[in-house]
Amino acid sequence: MARVVVDVMLRPEILDPQGKAVSQALQRLGFDGVTDVRQGKRFQITIVGELTDERLADLRRAAETLLSNPVIESYDVQAAE
Amino acid sequence: MRIGVVTFPGSLDDVDAQRAAMLAGAEAVALWHGDGDLRAVDAVVLPGGFSYGDYLRCGAIARFAPVMESIIAAAQGGLPVLGICNGFQVLCESHLLPGALVRNDHQKFVCCDQLLRVENTSTLWTSGYSPAEVVTLVIKNGEGGYVADEPTLERLEGEGRVVVRYVDGNPNGSLHDIAGICNERGNVVGLMPHPEHAVDPLTGPTADGLGFFTSVLKAVAA
Repeated sequence: MARVVVDVMLRPEILDPQGKAVSQALQRLGFDGVTDVRQGKRFQITIVGELTDERLADLRRAAETLLSNPVIESYDVQAAE
Repeated sequence: MRIGVVTFPGSLDDVDAQRAAMLAGAEAVALWHGDGDLRAVDAVVLPGGFSYGDYLRCGAIARFAPVMESIIAAAQGGLPVLGICNGFQVLCESHLLPGALVRNDHQKFVCCDQLLRVENTSTLWTSGYSPAEVVTLVIKNGEGGYVADEPTLERLEGEGRVVVRYVDGNPNGSLHDIAGICNERGNVVGLMPHPEHAVDPLTGPTADGLGFFTSVLKAVAA
């Protein structure tokens, strides 16, 4: 079994109202020095067998097709330890 | 004429859309997300709601429902398709329409009567309106902010593919005050406001929304 982590973030030019709300709450709670928060999604994917280049390429395709919407989001696919 | 209305798990406005189709004089046909059979309908409505709980992203999972495979192929062949609210989100996720819908800029769910200007009266769904006609429809969404990159916005504006635009205030931060758009051919239209909730003055603010359904009826009959 192998694990792969996919991180999905809104593209920088897309407004992130959720991140903004979190940032404001942090400031209200006294966590000084926070200037910006962007909120994303993390997917931990478990697969059977070894993580081959082919499987990784497959998961990149999954990230682009379903896990993210490339119009508004970017993604990063990494093999997990 | 038969107008199909898709029910996804979590659809809310499918019955209202069926009622609007009937009030316009069409036969409403229920379509099921898990069944690719379009039951010989002449047009399809993707209704509002929270398909698949809006998990992942609004419309992201609905896009891969068996019924959508048939609808995407049929829409590319010219079948009239109207996506309302969540249906608009499904159309964008399906790449039948460009851009995406993101969380409202003010972070709140919005639910109100909304003034709109009909900017394009040559689509199959808006041909019954007068050019620049101002109508009142209901709007209710949490993720209704329309975004697209600058070249896409320029193309939409240049080709007259902004179908309806918010007037008198932008309720969700949509770029260019865009409330609804269409594809190049004009058979696929998506909008955030709800024409199906404004078909009868008894239950809605106006009957201004009925025009979407009577327009497609006339277009298909022609």
